[in-house]
Amino acid sequence: MTGAPGESAPPEGEWLRLHPLTPIARIGRLVPALVLLFLVSTVHSKAENGRVETDYLIAFTLLSAVYGYIHWMVTRWRFEGDTLRIETGFIRKDSRRLPLARVQAVDIVRPLLARLLGVSELRIRLAGSGGTDGKLAYLSEAQAAELRLVLLAGHIDSEAATSSNTGLPMASVDTARLLASVFLSLVTIVVICTVATLAVLDQFEPKTAAAVAGFLAVYLLSAAGVIWRRLSGQYNFIAVEAAEGVRIRRGLLQTISETVPYGRIQAVRQVEPLLWRPFGWCRLEVDVAGATARNQRGEGTSVVRKALLPVGSQQDAWHLLARLLGAPDPVRTAPPGRARLKAPLSFHFLSAGHDGAHAVCVTGRLNRATTWVPLEKSQSIRRVQGPLQRTLGLATVHVDVAGKRSRAEFRDREAAEADQLVAELTALSRSARQRGRRATPVPSGAGGDAPSGWYPDPAGRHEQRYWHDGRWTEHVADGGRRSADAPTPGP
Amino acid sequence: MRRAEVAVLSVLLAAMFGLIFWAAGGALPGVISAVVVLALGVLSAWFVRRRFGAWRYQERNEDLIVARGVMVQRLSVVPYGRMQFVEVTAGPIERLFQLSTVKLHTAAAASDARIPGLERDEAARLRDRLTELGESMAAGM
Repeated sequence: MTGAPGESAPPEGEWLRLHPLTPIARIGRLVPALVLLFLVSTVHSKAENGRVETDYLIAFTLLSAVYGYIHWMVTRWRFEGDTLRIETGFIRKDSRRLPLARVQAVDIVRPLLARLLGVSELRIRLAGSGGTDGKLAYLSEAQAAELRLVLLAGHIDSEAATSSNTGLPMASVDTARLLASVFLSLVTIVVICTVATLAVLDQFEPKTAAAVAGFLAVYLLSAAGVIWRRLSGQYNFIAVEAAEGVRIRRGLLQTISETVPYGRIQAVRQVEPLLWRPFGWCRLEVDVAGATARNQRGEGTSVVRKALLPVGSQQDAWHLLARLLGAPDPVRTAPPGRARLKAPLSFHFLSAGHDGAHAVCVTGRLNRATTWVPLEKSQSIRRVQGPLQRTLGLATVHVDVAGKRSRAEFRDREAAEADQLVAELTALSRSARQRGRRATPVPSGAGGDAPSGWYPDPAGRHEQRYWHDGRWTEHVADGGRRSADAPTPGP
Repeated sequence: MRRAEVAVLSVLLAAMFGLIFWAAGGALPGVISAVVVLALGVLSAWFVRRRFGAWRYQERNEDLIVARGVMVQRLSVVPYGRMQFVEVTAGPIERLFQLSTVKLHTAAAASDARIPGLERDEAARLRDRLTELGESMAAGM
């Protein structure tokens, strides 16, 4: 990841092609399907006539190579001022314009074959509506890294963009811990128990065992797939602090490099599964408002849930949380004792609280889940009271944020307290929103013509940072209290 | 509106069940089943009436409050600035009674601010007002 962002932007009007090895790298996508096809047909033809046919596999591969070549021929991209334009399609033409100002995140994905060939895929996600995601598969690695910097340069001041490569590592997961954590998950234990039971059964009742195994084969295979995806997807996980967000690199065969932008975080969840609790491990997930793919029902913003830390200690999680949300630690209180009647299994976990900027709540039966929601992001506040809750004089208050499942729940609170919470949270969200709205003209470093004043900290470490004379200063503020912190992280 | 739906549906169902049981077992079972279905219809009409009686909304300066529910009571506070779009729908039976449903969409799927059974003019007024307020207060993500 080298090169200054300014130079690598090609002059306008020059069409560029993808990497010449693209057709070969694209075949890599077919490999799992080909292997499956080969296995099935081998078993099939062995049973039929004892011969193994491979002609069609070669034909298939050649065909896809030809298609890949045609695709490469018709795909081109260039910069048109502040817009990246991608044209592709042989039969159905597809031309996309991606305004740089709306680029939300840029992911670099390297499948196994692409890695061997030294190329990588660039995925560009946009903010706002429209649902146009850009994809450039494949570019050379250096080009992809350069292009990512160019695309994200509009977001942040260029100084931070160049130093973002050398950001400080925030968290990483070593292989032993990842293996242990996957082993200690419910899926793995169920799979192992099932296989062991089958093995025992096989000793006594081979016929029954074979029948049951045949019946369960599909489930076992898909469970194995889940375990494999967890292992290979989170292998070598490392989170690095960058100017535009937390940059995550992970993957065994296919490496993925993605960014979680600070300003787009809707909620952070810390999950502590039952089996991990003796070791003090937890998982940290964030909900990030991503590209908007409008579906038929017209639900607006799509929200992606990302693992920020697949497995880690409480300290790791807290460290990350402090960077993302500024270490929110409101006082949490438990619901009244009679809530035990309504929620006997989860009562021992239930607690919730809020301060001026965040709501935090703990829920869960077996897996303890702590959710932090920045009140600035709240979409609506709801109070729900079921018949049993009414009898007990309890009510639940939800703070909804964008997405289907993300919300903070103040579960089973005293009814009067719930009423008060609704009023308080509504007022607090409003003032948090107004703070955010006042700061909407975020100075985009390149221009630098924004008036001096307080704006949201681009690094997300503090609530606000002072912008003066075309650059960020070391003056920061949290909840009205001022302090000093150098603007760019890292050496 | 919903009451009309329930009434039509229960009369139809009663007739259907009556005919089926008549064909299957003679007049008496037919009449009994029709009466039972009608009684269920009356009961659900009562439920629907209570449910709609409990539905209320309030326009405040910065947000809209929608409260509903008899058994499970829900109250939603949706700030105008968070509104993505307003949807006004009117089904065939609603149209018959000159009614419409106004629904507010936010980025959160759970927000659920729906006001059914509004007079058509009131629905149009509410839609225009909400759109106007939403535009003037729009907040980003």
